[in-house]
Amino acid sequence: MPDFDVIVVGGGPSGSTAALQAAKAGLKTIILEKDRDIGYPVRCGEAVGDEGLRYFIPEPDPRWIAATIERVRMRSPDNTALTFDSPGKGYILHRRMFDFHLASLAAAAGSDIQTKAYVDGLLFEDGKVSGVEYQHFGERKRLTARVVIGADGVESRVGRMAGLRTALKLADTESGYQVSVGNVDVDQDVIDFFVGSNWAPGGYLWIFPKGEGMANIGLGVEGRFTRDHISKELVHNFLKEHFPKAAVMTAVAGGIPVSTALKKMYTDGLLLVGDAARMVNPLSGGGIISGMRGGEIAGQLAVDAIQKGDTSAAAFKTYPARWRKVAGKQYERFYRIAQYVRELDDAYLDKIAHELVDVPAEKLSILKVFTTVARHKPAILLEITRAYANLL
Amino acid sequence: MIHVKDNKCDYCGTCVAVCPVDAIELLEADIRIDPDTCTECDLCVWVCPIDVLEAVETEETNHA
Repeated sequence: MPDFDVIVVGGGPSGSTAALQAAKAGLKTIILEKDRDIGYPVRCGEAVGDEGLRYFIPEPDPRWIAATIERVRMRSPDNTALTFDSPGKGYILHRRMFDFHLASLAAAAGSDIQTKAYVDGLLFEDGKVSGVEYQHFGERKRLTARVVIGADGVESRVGRMAGLRTALKLADTESGYQVSVGNVDVDQDVIDFFVGSNWAPGGYLWIFPKGEGMANIGLGVEGRFTRDHISKELVHNFLKEHFPKAAVMTAVAGGIPVSTALKKMYTDGLLLVGDAARMVNPLSGGGIISGMRGGEIAGQLAVDAIQKGDTSAAAFKTYPARWRKVAGKQYERFYRIAQYVRELDDAYLDKIAHELVDVPAEKLSILKVFTTVARHKPAILLEITRAYANLL
Repeated sequence: MIHVKDNKCDYCGTCVAVCPVDAIELLEADIRIDPDTCTECDLCVWVCPIDVLEAVETEETNHA
């Protein structure tokens, strides 16, 4: 008899969502979190869409919402700003409290949780994943389980331990750095994206409002440009120039996987979810809700498999198709669009911004910006239109 | 070998994600790079958001 039905490695949104599914089906479930706290440190811009959030939580709780977003502002390399209504309402979360809330939902459904539990090995039985080895407050422990769910974030080592290839290509990795600052005057209903090599080569710089006088200011530099550009320095130079009076209250580094999802995201006795399965929107780098969607599917698959008594890889074979239906197919389009957008030079981006800057706000949309950007490339235009149609 | 500049690591895991040979291990506040597994490809050095990793010559490589 295994110690648990399901062990979830990692207590972020994807892991807690998977654990909730398992626990509410009556399975004996545990979340093992490496850090001391669930929800901290916050290596995240903390932006989510309203629709995606409400799929999981119909009534968002003001205690973990820092700001409500109505508009998007895109800035070109020379800082020409295009502002338009957001295609859907959005939020900037307090991830620290949000993640805590999600973990508490799993706990209320019966899931156990251990923090400071660092998984550094897997157990195998006849070639099938059968548990984990971990350090807990300096003590070595082992736990067996019918299914292990790897929700260990961008590092994705649990998958590697099971023989899955999870290493990211440099070009599919954004090297991220973010500060949460006070004493800044930013619009609390706008998210700002700065696009261009001067802000963030191969990525973008963001300003996300975090409540009156506060903001998350961060950026990602695409892996191929990281040899010559240090994300931390770019952020601090930007602060010095644009927000010299800002007080830095938190500073975090973090990697953002901007590939498409892993082709092989499961094996015998093991499923990967969230960042660990590369379930991130490769155009925006956002992965909170999509990771939770992955966690939900993986949790349900684990429940079905355990109830049927077969937790081999064969029991999980519908996983990639279910993921593709929920978000994966859309993200494959976003990936192709991102590859195209990244290659545009600064002069071209400025030219587009200058052309559109006089278009009245009510006639401007993200679609209009993207289609103008890509008007010389019909194939990409089609991708963009399809991607946008799926958004609505 | 790859050297971690003193006390500057943020333990974010970006290096772990790109390491092609899984030579890097991160605990809550500790980073370990296995010199026997490391191939010195330097991807981790480049991708580090806060520039805390550096490639250093070892005696072995000096005399190889």
